Amino acid sequence: MEIPGLEVKREEESLDLSYAFDVETVPTLLRFENGEVVERTVGWNRDIWRKITGVADLGEGLPEHRPGCGSRALDFPKPVDTSHLASRRVTIGSQEDDIEACIARGWSDGLPVVPPTPARVARMLTGTHRDAQEIVAVIPPDLAECTVEKVAVNAVLAGCEPSYMPVVLAAVEAACTDEFNMHGLLATTYFSGPVIVVNGPIAKRIGMNSGVNALGQGNRANSSIGRALQLVIRNVGGGRPGGVDRATLGNPGKLSFCFAEDEANSPWEGLAEEHGVEGDAVTLFCGEGPRGVVDQISRTPESLAKSFAVCLRTVAHPKLVLGFDAMLIVSPEHASRFKEAGWTKQRLRDEIYANLNFPGAELIRGAQGIEEGLPEGFKDATLPKFTPNGLLIVHAGGGAGLFSAIVGGWVAGETGSKPVTRAIT
Amino acid sequence: MTELLDPTSEREPSHRPLAKRPADITGKTVGLLDISKPRGDVFLDRLQAALEKKGVKVERFKKPTFTKPAPADLRHEIETKCDLVIEALAD
Repeated sequence: MEIPGLEVKREEESLDLSYAFDVETVPTLLRFENGEVVERTVGWNRDIWRKITGVADLGEGLPEHRPGCGSRALDFPKPVDTSHLASRRVTIGSQEDDIEACIARGWSDGLPVVPPTPARVARMLTGTHRDAQEIVAVIPPDLAECTVEKVAVNAVLAGCEPSYMPVVLAAVEAACTDEFNMHGLLATTYFSGPVIVVNGPIAKRIGMNSGVNALGQGNRANSSIGRALQLVIRNVGGGRPGGVDRATLGNPGKLSFCFAEDEANSPWEGLAEEHGVEGDAVTLFCGEGPRGVVDQISRTPESLAKSFAVCLRTVAHPKLVLGFDAMLIVSPEHASRFKEAGWTKQRLRDEIYANLNFPGAELIRGAQGIEEGLPEGFKDATLPKFTPNGLLIVHAGGGAGLFSAIVGGWVAGETGSKPVTRAIT
Repeated sequence: MTELLDPTSEREPSHRPLAKRPADITGKTVGLLDISKPRGDVFLDRLQAALEKKGVKVERFKKPTFTKPAPADLRHEIETKCDLVIEALAD
């Protein structure tokens, strides 16, 4: 655009000035004094332009007023500053496909990953207020220090949105505590992997699924948050299947097992609240794959609690007790039985426990014609299936279906893993 | 040219050479480490008998739990008392 009477001293090819001074309309006129903008007008107005520029005959022959149009700066996202990122830069070959390059370097869990370009990682870091170089945790098995930035790189690989970052960070912190024992959970020959339950308003804000198919596929946050944690263990911690991960069979949830609790429709307090953390929180549990509990007939809470108990008995092996925790995920239709009867979560737990005490004679090795079992010394004892804190109860699932789910745990307690709840900050 | 950020801990792959093997174990002390898995002791009992028959001195050790790495003190004790160690992974 040419304006009679205006002498052009410098033309900018790039949009840098537009980004720097938030120019959204062309023309925009800025007047500087000592490097500071002191006057500004948007669109063409001859009188205003003459006043600001001090050029009395500026724009002679041009119309008095034109509103202007949108700046190209609006069409292109502002380039992200990546100079602060400390991770080693890996230049891939010009003939290399970027996704294939990530897989070839061993950064993938078997599925395609999103290539972690500096711009993507910088955008991921906008999802947290924490400093990029802050240490989040020491990651097993290599016991490598992991920065917020490294978590972000792996969150990019996993397909996360920046808004998921606070959840991923809390999950990494919770996993790498002595109580949760991620090292042992990784190394075990058992099926289990980390299961992440999200509580609090953040779940809805970032679009997590707590309803229909809550434990299944189809939700980006559910699918990528658990995946990001596992990729941190793999890439930062060096924990890989066939390496330190010695699972005999594993389970498909080791790709990502993450869901939100349906708190809005639950008759009970949420899982994190039960563990003493209110608001946004993650709870990590070492779980195998979910198995179904079918009870389409029970109309009384007593009958349904008994159904839960007989199914829970099979966790690991019906003859093994106290060694394995479990998570019971009660669906809305099943939960309504307890809601109508006014049962608290603790009442349900107590009723389940009351139906899960067994004489040692039934459990010892050789009993019931099965060699697996407890040592002979427990013959005269009466033993509960679970330790007092060994049964977690969560509310989730779609509105239709008289089904709940059991997720069996791994070695319970001090010698293995305990569930860990962490506030999301 | 595409540039990506390394998602790993950026440790150089470290090559750790295996410890030197003795030519003969007669007169050496062998540590037998039970990692607390069921029936690991059965396996180690048999090994102990076989080793002692060959004139090898045997020391027994046990990890508190198989789910966690051996405590530093236990590793130190094994290192100071033994020339070799055999670990029973069992199940």
